[in-house]
Amino acid sequence: MENRIRILLLSAVLLASGCSYMPWRNDTPEAEPPPPPEAGEAPVVIDPAVERREIETAKIDTENWEAGAYVGSLSVEDFEVNVVYGARIAYHLSEDYFAEAIAGTSDAGLSSFERLSGGAPLLTDSERQFTYYSLGFGWNALPGEIFLGGKRAYNSAVYLTLGAGATRFAGADRFTITAGAGARVLIRDWLAVHLDMRDYIMDVDVLGRNKSTHNYEATLGLTAFF
Amino acid sequence: MMRLAACGLLIFLTAIATARAEGPSVTVADPYLELRTGPGRGFPVFHVVERGETVRVETRRTDWFQVVDADGREGWVHKGQMAETLLPAGVKLAIDDPAREDFGAHRREVGLLLGDYGGANVVTLYGAYAFNEHLAAELAVAHILGNFSDGQYATIGVTHVPVPEWRIQPFLSIGTGVIRIRPEGTLVGTEERTDQVAYAGIGVRAYMARRFIVRGEVKEYVVFTDRDENEEDVEWKIGFAFFF
Repeated sequence: MENRIRILLLSAVLLASGCSYMPWRNDTPEAEPPPPPEAGEAPVVIDPAVERREIETAKIDTENWEAGAYVGSLSVEDFEVNVVYGARIAYHLSEDYFAEAIAGTSDAGLSSFERLSGGAPLLTDSERQFTYYSLGFGWNALPGEIFLGGKRAYNSAVYLTLGAGATRFAGADRFTITAGAGARVLIRDWLAVHLDMRDYIMDVDVLGRNKSTHNYEATLGLTAFF
Repeated sequence: MMRLAACGLLIFLTAIATARAEGPSVTVADPYLELRTGPGRGFPVFHVVERGETVRVETRRTDWFQVVDADGREGWVHKGQMAETLLPAGVKLAIDDPAREDFGAHRREVGLLLGDYGGANVVTLYGAYAFNEHLAAELAVAHILGNFSDGQYATIGVTHVPVPEWRIQPFLSIGTGVIRIRPEGTLVGTEERTDQVAYAGIGVRAYMARRFIVRGEVKEYVVFTDRDENEEDVEWKIGFAFFF
């Protein structure tokens, strides 16, 4: 009898301990797996609610070119002083150096010989036209400021130029070396007034023999930076 | 005529005055940004903008940037300091100026050469476009200015640079074109003539600074005249050029 009770209790303990290892005694049930995506439907991508910043590319306006026009007087050696008109374009390489191209035209007058002798003129009207171009270099030798009164200051520079080109005068194109000095005053950030002195050096053979002539020019000009 | 030219100039100036584009705003990342009164190292520093403040870039002239600070002060800042400022995206302001590494890999080149063509002075303007580092097409126009004659030529040709990596680069060139020679009026019995011309040449170009190069070359020209014999001329010239 006692033996039968002991077997009953033992089997009850075994049953209880065995039950605690059974799989259905799980307190945290697993989440259901997501349904497989249907064919043809794009998988859902996480869409972060962050606005994209527009990256601004640095577009900076450069103003290394300078262009404008000038007017002044030109002394054509032996042929009087006359009004000259011209145009100028320059490219600034650095704060010190620039490349420049100039072109101008003037009408030369009568030589003293023509005036005194009273004879036939040496040159026709078209031959008397003095047209030149020059390509060269400039150096801002003296950059600085000009002060007007106590409150105004304008940026300025005194520069030296050297160039080569050609002049059409007296029926031929003549090789011309140009040497000059000028002053530039910026009355606005983009607008400059120029005072230029240039010497156009060339060989001319109109009055008998071939001789080197110096033709001095003084001009006042206006240029814009762009 | 003069009135027309003056009118044209006025329109041009007005167009320039209104063409200024709005530049980017940048934040100072260096301890400070020095504002000068002009675009040059000699101009005095009149104001400093501190780290963290913002300035707007107006324009650029050579190595100098014109900026406006929050209080409306306008000044010029050097490229070296501008390169250390930050764009709103937090990246440095990129200033990609041409440098030594770009020489040889450049596409376009424009230059001016002076020299001697068969005893006469010559002024040449040329432009070149490179197909690759070695081969470029070149267009040249020249003014020949002698004691007894003057003239022009226009040529088109190709140049070959064998070693585009070097700082001093030799090159070979061949091409063809037309030449016009006009004897001076004082000579009798000669008239203006236009002939075809072909050339072969050798030269060298060297990098100086920024986009600036010097170049020298010697060319042998054959002028195909309608006389019994062709004319041969030797030309040498030297000058400067820019690349883009």
